[in-house]
Amino acid sequence: MNDPIPSTGRGSLKIYLGYAAGVGKTYAMLIEARALVRQGVDVVIGYFEPHGRKDTIELTEGLDEIPRKEIQYRGATFYEMDAEAILRRRPSVCAVDEFAHTNVPGSARTKRWEDVQVLLDAGICVLTTMNVQHLESLNDHVWAVTGVRVRETIPDWVVKQADEVVMVDLPPQALLNRLRRGVVYTPEKAQQALQNFFKESSLVVLRELALRQTAYEVDVRQSVQDEASSVMPAAGTSGLAGVEPAAPASDRLLIYVSADPSTAMLIRRGRRVADYLQADCFAVAVQPDATLHRVPPAQRDTLERHLNLARMLHIETRVLQGENPAETLVDFARRNQVTQILLARAQQGPRVPVLGQSLVQKVVRLAHDMQVTIVAERRREE
Amino acid sequence: MPKLMTRPDPEELLRRVQAEEEFRNRGRLKIFLGYAPGVGKSFRMLDEGRRRKAKGEDVVVGAIQPTFPPAIEKLLDCMQVIPLKKLNGVPVIDVPAVLRRHPQVCLVDGLAYDNPPGSAHAKRWQDVEALRAAGISVIGSVNLQFIEELRDKVEKITGKEVTETIPLGFVKTADEIEVVDAPADRCAGHPGEPTHQQNLLVLREMALLLAAEVVDDQLEKYRERHGIEPVGGARERIMVCVKPGTVAERMIESGHRNAERFSGELFAVTVNEPDLTPEDRASLDRALSLARKLDAQVVRLESEEPMHAIMEFARQHGITQIFIGHSSHEHWTHRVWGSFVDRLIREAEGMDVRVFPN
Repeated sequence: MNDPIPSTGRGSLKIYLGYAAGVGKTYAMLIEARALVRQGVDVVIGYFEPHGRKDTIELTEGLDEIPRKEIQYRGATFYEMDAEAILRRRPSVCAVDEFAHTNVPGSARTKRWEDVQVLLDAGICVLTTMNVQHLESLNDHVWAVTGVRVRETIPDWVVKQADEVVMVDLPPQALLNRLRRGVVYTPEKAQQALQNFFKESSLVVLRELALRQTAYEVDVRQSVQDEASSVMPAAGTSGLAGVEPAAPASDRLLIYVSADPSTAMLIRRGRRVADYLQADCFAVAVQPDATLHRVPPAQRDTLERHLNLARMLHIETRVLQGENPAETLVDFARRNQVTQILLARAQQGPRVPVLGQSLVQKVVRLAHDMQVTIVAERRREE
Repeated sequence: MPKLMTRPDPEELLRRVQAEEEFRNRGRLKIFLGYAPGVGKSFRMLDEGRRRKAKGEDVVVGAIQPTFPPAIEKLLDCMQVIPLKKLNGVPVIDVPAVLRRHPQVCLVDGLAYDNPPGSAHAKRWQDVEALRAAGISVIGSVNLQFIEELRDKVEKITGKEVTETIPLGFVKTADEIEVVDAPADRCAGHPGEPTHQQNLLVLREMALLLAAEVVDDQLEKYRERHGIEPVGGARERIMVCVKPGTVAERMIESGHRNAERFSGELFAVTVNEPDLTPEDRASLDRALSLARKLDAQVVRLESEEPMHAIMEFARQHGITQIFIGHSSHEHWTHRVWGSFVDRLIREAEGMDVRVFPN
């Protein structure tokens, strides 16, 4: 962070990315905070989770900490970051631990990353910490690898917004040593942790995911700089009209949304593939009256949830009018220059009915002029 | 999909035991990898030495750069340094002295140095191998640009010529690799050539991906040692099923682009069909030579059962995406049992299947 307050007025965001508790994210963040203070920058701690780690607690000494907000919920007292108090204090830089945290009901905003957006909007720069497994689009993959379904997630676009993502790396063996020495958790909690996330093979995969994610984040920022420094005029919106320069045709992805539970997985994977291919991405459901009104309530809730997940990941959604999902889907794809349709694997059973074709089969046959991807179920091997 | 229960063959078991034993007796290697001078590799290496010493391990310094900042000097004070000896005026590690002293851990800065003619080993990394063979663990540091296989690419970016290198294969033998990642602006102030910010980002990405690759290899070795099947890694592995026809070349090109975007691996796989017409044979060869040109691993499988061969290969190699061409003609049997594509979609559980138009 060379210039703590960029000219745009919005604060810059820097993320310390790790792959497990105890790799040293908070430590790295506080080291940076102290370095900034030494340079004369006005830094406060907005939220800090001590976890009883001595080395880390020592680093907060002398730093201004904004008192947390007390919130009563179901007879218990919770302490959350007080974004409003930080706004009143107006520091240049605010350090916020645990970016993925979900606030207790009754807080002004549901998620801590939403609190951080408020700070950034007010021109305050934020340093924060998270693990790679908190990334929404990796949720199923992480589950498949570790057996842990991470509940607190951050939409990928929030991370993409960050000005900088820095990997906090530590080999798994060293992390396991720390865990056994009781540096990371209390003994009981450490025992528990060793049985799921902290299995060595899981840690190795998570670490590789974090390295690859950081490399990807660096790559994205490179392309942004490339574009900024090139003399080419800015490209039109999604290439719908006008003449495009002789760049390779960009991909357009279309995700089929149904009430099938595997749709959530499909949406996350679609988001990830679209990001890596720098493709546009849409998600559509198909209903006879182009609304969800006539869908039975149980299914409607699920469909609604899937469409919301897509929107949360900044995927444009639509409910198309049609009696025949396969035909409607392929027709829409063709009219919108979609290059790839993404479908979930059918869930009805291991075998496709002998008579009559599954949706997958129908779409594959109809969409003979575009790519159709049947997305794997990233699920836990028992 | 029922897993085949196979009895591990005795040769395989013996190999595993030997590998395990060699693994236990050999000194460990840990490498701090940086992407530019000034990110703090040497500091991190020495700091790790200090921490281990504080925990009671016997640590010595075997090699350190000729010049260093004051922060490093302070770290050096708390460890025994085995001085470099001069050979024809060139500083080299005093390997016999380190072996006599036989510490648990030896710190070696600048792994890529060449030793002068007349030394026991031509390269410093070979000294390190000698120490490890004697059961001494080594913690070393190296910069991305000194890795032989990346040299050309990095030289093009930095414009600086590098003469002393270490092979990637050596880096991959490390038990641990730790990336010293720092935002690019951190190195800008380092004395030396003014390096372009943009270049640093490219180098930083390369270092992270290299570390990911090393970690990937470690995972494979770990699984080998423990006899675990590869499931759910972190790397995208794309397999293109190549058959004669124009779509094959388009699929390979797309596979290449996808592999690049995902920093993944690309395989082009054929199942040998002996009765190919000359035209089909030529078409297949064209596709495969394109695949080779695009750095895909070309694999020719032979089997009576193409589906079985393809799926077995895919599972063994942790394939995450299969690219396949659309079945061009509809046969009456397809209506009952489904086409090859339909069957592949059913079989390829746990993988994405992308069907390409003809």
